[in-house]
Amino acid sequence: MRIILHIWRQRSAGDSGRMVRYEVPNVNQEMSFLEMLDVLNEDLIGKNEDPVAFDHDCREGICGMCGCMVNGMAHGPLPGTTLCQLHMRHFQDGEELYLEPWRARAFPVVKDLVVDRSAFDRIIAAGGYISVSTGSAPDGNAILVPKENAESSMDAAACIGCGACVAMCPNGAAALFTGAKMAHLGLLPQGQPERGSRALAMVALAKEELFGSCTNIGECEAVCPKEIKLEVIARMNRDFIKASLRGR
Amino acid sequence: MELNSKSPSGPIETRWERQRFHLKLVNPANKRKYTVIVVGTGLAGGSAAASLAELGYNVHCFCFQDSPRRAHSIAAQGGINAAKNYHNDGDSVYRLFYDTVKGGDFRARESNVYRLAQISLNIIDQCVAQGVPFAREYSGYLDNRSFGGAQVSRTFYARGQTGQQLLLGAYQALEKEIGKGTVKMFPRTEMLDLIIIDGQARGIVTRNLITGKVESHLADAVVLGTGGYGNVYYLSTNAKGSNTTAIWRAHKRGALFANPCFTQIHPTCIPVSGEYQSKLTLMSESLRNDGRVWVPSKKGDKRPPSQIPEAERDYYLERKYPSFGNLVPRDVASRNSKQVCDEGRGVGETGLAVFLDFRDAIQRLGQNVIKERYGNLFDMYERITGEDPYKEPMRIYPAIHYTMGGLWVDYNLMSNIPGLYVIGEANFSDHGANRLGASALMQGLADGYFVLPNTIGDYLASTKFGKVDVSHPAVLDAERNVAEITRKLLGAKGTRSVDSYHRELGKIMWDYCGMARDRAGLQVALSKIPVLREQFWRDVKVLGTGEELNQSLEKAGRVADFFELAELMCLDAAHREESCGGHFREEYQTPEGEAARDDERYSYAAAWDFQGVGKPPALHKEPLTFEYVHPTQRSYK
Repeated sequence: MRIILHIWRQRSAGDSGRMVRYEVPNVNQEMSFLEMLDVLNEDLIGKNEDPVAFDHDCREGICGMCGCMVNGMAHGPLPGTTLCQLHMRHFQDGEELYLEPWRARAFPVVKDLVVDRSAFDRIIAAGGYISVSTGSAPDGNAILVPKENAESSMDAAACIGCGACVAMCPNGAAALFTGAKMAHLGLLPQGQPERGSRALAMVALAKEELFGSCTNIGECEAVCPKEIKLEVIARMNRDFIKASLRGR
Repeated sequence: MELNSKSPSGPIETRWERQRFHLKLVNPANKRKYTVIVVGTGLAGGSAAASLAELGYNVHCFCFQDSPRRAHSIAAQGGINAAKNYHNDGDSVYRLFYDTVKGGDFRARESNVYRLAQISLNIIDQCVAQGVPFAREYSGYLDNRSFGGAQVSRTFYARGQTGQQLLLGAYQALEKEIGKGTVKMFPRTEMLDLIIIDGQARGIVTRNLITGKVESHLADAVVLGTGGYGNVYYLSTNAKGSNTTAIWRAHKRGALFANPCFTQIHPTCIPVSGEYQSKLTLMSESLRNDGRVWVPSKKGDKRPPSQIPEAERDYYLERKYPSFGNLVPRDVASRNSKQVCDEGRGVGETGLAVFLDFRDAIQRLGQNVIKERYGNLFDMYERITGEDPYKEPMRIYPAIHYTMGGLWVDYNLMSNIPGLYVIGEANFSDHGANRLGASALMQGLADGYFVLPNTIGDYLASTKFGKVDVSHPAVLDAERNVAEITRKLLGAKGTRSVDSYHRELGKIMWDYCGMARDRAGLQVALSKIPVLREQFWRDVKVLGTGEELNQSLEKAGRVADFFELAELMCLDAAHREESCGGHFREEYQTPEGEAARDDERYSYAAAWDFQGVGKPPALHKEPLTFEYVHPTQRSYK
């Protein structure tokens, strides 16, 4: 099949950038989306043109490194799927696709489709952990976790930190990402002692990093490749309000 | 060179405890005066960096990805072993030790493996305390599953995303320290050389992948947790960025490389579908708990699986290995898949696949139970192949997955270069010639959380450090070396892309140094690789400059190192005239087609000493002695 791509090309953070049209004439429907970009890049190298820079690593949907907007949808049209796991069989011959980097103030473009998501790391560093030093843990079975809590915690912990939620949100909010970490830890008995301080610190940091506020639009949930639910945001808001009233 | 493993003697049960007592300690107030560089942020590197910072050391941590959370440990699916015996099924530290030594086909150091089995208990405790959402039973207690090569249930898991959850635990611990300022993190920064001053590892040279800036970082010790080298085969289950550059460049500076030919082929991967393929995807081995492996009994039977009656199916693992059945170790399962496909009984379009069938398990347990256990794996399979594994059996084929070989380290995880520590998959230490499932996560975390933080203090406390700065001749020499490599790669201005060379190298390695090897084939590889390498340096085409984000340049540097490593792997495979674990030499097999070891001649770790590109390396041997688990022919029948 033949695919027409319009790709955002930007040499560096300081460059203004523009859309450039490419044709990939020899796409096989068994290819993944990134393999199609590999084919394009090999072709560009052959023509002495700069290949398109895009982030990727595991190519099995778990590292969270890949992702771009495909026709305005983060990670493309298939729900619950990262770009690397999206296969070309879901597109039509001759289809025209517009690829842009994540669009968010907190994620500045580095080059082409590569953005800087280090703000996510700083949100985790602000409080997305349980303060246990190596060696001080009791026996694993000394801490009982009801199965339902373990399952709900795991649902939230499945977040891969790809940034699709922020890119899709009209406010550029990091609420789904931040809420997922708070739900993961807050649903477990181990996470209770720091629950309030965690909420205050993470929410404050997200604001400092220029992420927007959540207005319950739900675009984040719709594009999340791990299908993390909006409920995590409700949990975050509750934890935050409770902690704000208590002052910790 | 005399290789001193520094492994303690005496009763194996107390070796680690006695070693820890004898290791020198660094006074808590003095720890912050020491700087330790940690390269890599996977389970080993991430947990080491966090734990060292908690102890009070000043840590500088590096990864090539945009965040420490991306390291390829994240993709491990099935689980992590621990000898908790929570199921009262006869497990013990000794049994995990025994299984691991036997599973490794008697090519690992007993002391290390015993310590690993002991520490497995602490790892689970630590991870639970960090908030890793392990699977639970309805009572709230931790759940376990079984894995290949073991007859007890000792594998802890978090759905099919155990690696992700353990890595996030280590990453969060690391971010906690970064937030406190005890760890300085350098993401998108690649190590390109090791700095050795007065015989001690004192730093690294890095390239900032965004700006291209080459910089030197100095420290009192360097820790490499940079993972394995499976991508030498081009197609593997490793992440695209996984590479050998950090350990290979340390090797070129004098660190010995041990058992490079010990590579693991994972039996359950999604088969190759075309020439454009960029990587292979693993389906967790845990699937073999409930899935049954089979091929048609007749050659060339192209009927759809549902139309092949029971009597015409060959469940060859269950037939040949009745006591372990579908749960034989990886090397045995992979080799048998290759065998039935070589016989012409493979399935799918290419004939290079076997069925992994869940029909019986779904009938017995119901689709919901299967979905709960393996839901994400089934979804992943469907996403990639477009087929529904609840209805049709999966098609699987072996793929390169893990490398047991790596830099040689002693019991304290220090290489032969003082101050250079190597942890996790990057070292050679614990898995011998074959790794058991769910043991990689265990080893990475054991090294990072519990071993290294104890042993590194001994070196720091007992070593005199001269003052060094970035104007030292050794620093300038390493920087010049890095600049020279970049200049050559960009200057070739040839005709072929980096990927095209990498693919060609990978094909040579898979054909001649893959699942089965023989003398003639290895000689072919050894004659082809240097020719292709020479052509690569002359003819590679890398566009752009060194002063910008240049992904082709990054790849080119890594592929250049794979070329040199590939040659060493073939040399090692040719020199080891026996079959053991993942190293299967066609010439050395039992009448039943199983690996035939030669303990008389090869009961040692082969540690290679670099002598220059294209020059034969020097071989040093660390003899392996077995006081507890006596070498026998492995039997899973």
